[in-house]
Amino acid sequence: MTTLADLATPHQPNWCPGCGNYTIWAAFKNAAVEQGWDNTNTAMTADIGCNGHIVNFTKINSVEGLHGRALPVAEGIKMANHKLNVFSFIGDGGCMGEGGNHFIHACRRNHDITVVIHDNELYSLTTGQTSPTTQQGYPTKSTPFGNPDKPFSPAALAIASGATFVARVYSGDIKNLKEILIKANKHKGIAIIDVLQPCVTFHKVCTHTFYQQNTTPLPDDWDRTDKAAAFMKAMEFGENDIPVGIFYEVEKPTNESHFPQLKQTPIVKIPIKRDGLKEILKSYS
Amino acid sequence: MESKIFTVTIGGMAGQGIKASGILLARFASRSGYNIFTHVEYPSIIRGGHNVMQVNISKGNVAATQSKIDFLIALNQETIDKHLEELTPGAGLLFDSDKKLNTDNVPETVHLCPIPLAQFAKEAGGSDILINTVALGAVVGIMGGDLNIMFKLIEDEFGDKGEKIVASDKKAAQLGYDFALKNFGHKFTNPLEPAEKGEHKMVLNGNEAAALGAIAAGMQFAAIYPMSPISNILHVLARHQEEFNYIYKQPEDEIAAMNMAIGAAFAGARSMVATSGGGFSLMAETYGLAGITETPLVIIEGMRGAPATGLPTWSEQSDLRLVLHAHQGDFPRIVLTPGDTKEVFYTTMQAFNLAEKYQTTVVVLIDKDLCESDQNYPYFDYSDYKIDRGKFTMEPTPNYKRYADSEDGISVRSAAGVGNFFIANSDEHDEYGYSSEEIDNRNTQMRKRMRKLETCAREDMEEPVLHGPENADITIISWGSTKGAILQAIEKYDNVNFIQVKWMNPFPTQALTRMLEKAKYTISAELNYGAHFTGLLREKTGFVVDDTLLKYDGRPFYPKEIQNKIEEVLKKGVSS
Repeated sequence: MTTLADLATPHQPNWCPGCGNYTIWAAFKNAAVEQGWDNTNTAMTADIGCNGHIVNFTKINSVEGLHGRALPVAEGIKMANHKLNVFSFIGDGGCMGEGGNHFIHACRRNHDITVVIHDNELYSLTTGQTSPTTQQGYPTKSTPFGNPDKPFSPAALAIASGATFVARVYSGDIKNLKEILIKANKHKGIAIIDVLQPCVTFHKVCTHTFYQQNTTPLPDDWDRTDKAAAFMKAMEFGENDIPVGIFYEVEKPTNESHFPQLKQTPIVKIPIKRDGLKEILKSYS
Repeated sequence: MESKIFTVTIGGMAGQGIKASGILLARFASRSGYNIFTHVEYPSIIRGGHNVMQVNISKGNVAATQSKIDFLIALNQETIDKHLEELTPGAGLLFDSDKKLNTDNVPETVHLCPIPLAQFAKEAGGSDILINTVALGAVVGIMGGDLNIMFKLIEDEFGDKGEKIVASDKKAAQLGYDFALKNFGHKFTNPLEPAEKGEHKMVLNGNEAAALGAIAAGMQFAAIYPMSPISNILHVLARHQEEFNYIYKQPEDEIAAMNMAIGAAFAGARSMVATSGGGFSLMAETYGLAGITETPLVIIEGMRGAPATGLPTWSEQSDLRLVLHAHQGDFPRIVLTPGDTKEVFYTTMQAFNLAEKYQTTVVVLIDKDLCESDQNYPYFDYSDYKIDRGKFTMEPTPNYKRYADSEDGISVRSAAGVGNFFIANSDEHDEYGYSSEEIDNRNTQMRKRMRKLETCAREDMEEPVLHGPENADITIISWGSTKGAILQAIEKYDNVNFIQVKWMNPFPTQALTRMLEKAKYTISAELNYGAHFTGLLREKTGFVVDDTLLKYDGRPFYPKEIQNKIEEVLKKGVSS
């Protein structure tokens, strides 16, 4: 049993009032309480960016690593102890920019982890520069005459790269986000959740109102196994046309399933044995 | 007394199986009761470039690359042309008599041994791969070896490929053996005649020793991206993972490798990476993450030559300053420099214990010459080794404080999933791991982390090793793979000794100062341009060496070069 009090730390969030991070945090804690995630069964990794501070406010074992590198840390945790629920909290800047390589390979290899992208279309901790998901033409501190570069869709990139669970959700929709987090964690394989998160301080277009007015839930009969349709849908991003929901969900062998030694007990709980090494040394004679 | 060393060199195109043949010959010599040391030279291409493997054979000590050839097996013209000058008087040159190779420039003192290699290979079973086996059979015949030892070796090496392969390899060896014995056997002494029955020995290189040392140390997780010269470490580790319940994972790059290894260690695994200088440069960012989060991590760094891509398949000792200084800020790092294959095995094992005891990074700094040169040893004995996980708990602990201050700088480590909450935080943090920028906390945590090095220096650091006479006119000081060449070079002198330094951080300042007080004339020998160690020695001890011997062309020290230096110094008279 996990209660909200169990998850509380002595530290209060230092995000700006109204920041999308609050509701992502809330949705995660609600999911943790509902599912009993605690320090015996769950671990988190975080990126560097405003979102990464989540580790200080959530009493779950975590690694707050380096900018863009949260995913390989999560993968290492999962391989060493595959019984843990592993969550990665990453930003659009860190993990689409500096960590883009890790992202596509994490999707390709289908590690059994849940990835929450705090996608605010900006580098905000460094006070508002353009990121890989900033819309073309939008002026930022690093692109005062408008962002010349086209953004990409993290969800479409994830589908193209081989992710097996891909969703998009608005950060203010706590209830749905909580449900998706739970589904993502239960999913065997990598789950990518692109969370549309307003930066209330630096982003003047992608506000709460903007997302409330422009997001459209996927139809109830959406076929989550149609990869091509999922990719096309994930590419849609415009006024009155930001689809949200679970685009894609299929069962495929996970990274961990390829290791026969991970069938049962986690690696870290198997007593270390070295019998048999003598035979190997002999084979060098 | 200098050991008598017989040097056989096999040369041909990349893709002709030069290395495999060299290993086979080395194993044959080892099984025949000899000591061996091999050296491979090859360019960074898979087919077509010039590949050479040198196999040194001796009843005495042999631990260095030689600058001469007593017997050359040339599988192509280039091998003859490139190595003419190294051939000693009375040397042999074996080549395919059916290939129109030009031997006009070969000195008359060299015995030519033309053998129809391809024809015999065809007779034995058809494929060109057998050419090398014919040649090896011929070498056994020419040098007085026992063909039955070769047959047994073929059975052991190729047994899993089926009886047919074994039979044709044996036939190929037999054909080469018979022909060579009949036609050339009388021209040579018998350097491969079975020696008195010795114990069975392993023939292995530093890469294999590092991988096997990691397994012996109970390693549970390794993430390694391929790179010369360490790729062979991952080949060995990948093969045995299921049997020993560890994970080897090939990551997308070296950055991911080290981050994965940190994640695995955070979950409680004994964790490692391996790379060369270029890959380590990418890891530099993550190196300090392990440092500030106090995550145990073993890093095998196999140096190669020059910056950037540089000399990718050659050796150098020019990453010492890199591993000592890479990354911003200060954190405690342990850097060890083993000097031969056996030391690589035991140092790697030791590195896992040190990493967990001090909860920080331990670099085992080796180089291409160590990674890829084979030596033979009696089976390594690791029965005395105790896996030491240091202050580590897998039990839930009330009011657990991961980074609690302590006298020795070491706090009790735990793992994710145990129930002991903590954050492995790349931000400066308090005793639970929460981010903190408070002055007192920063000072406490920083001092706590750095104090681990003082504890390590007190409890675990080893003194340098003095080889040779206590009192000497010349003292050579060096580290890493140069050990073998220096030991061989000084064998014939009773007035030269050698100080081998195995710990670069923490640094054995007091012991070295004491040892160097007695030295009359000091030469620092290392394989780099910048005299990395020479400078470090000065920084840590104030000691200024009298002389340096530096080399940075990718080749190892040849014992002869060191002797030349010694002679030069002795000639001008020793006075410091």
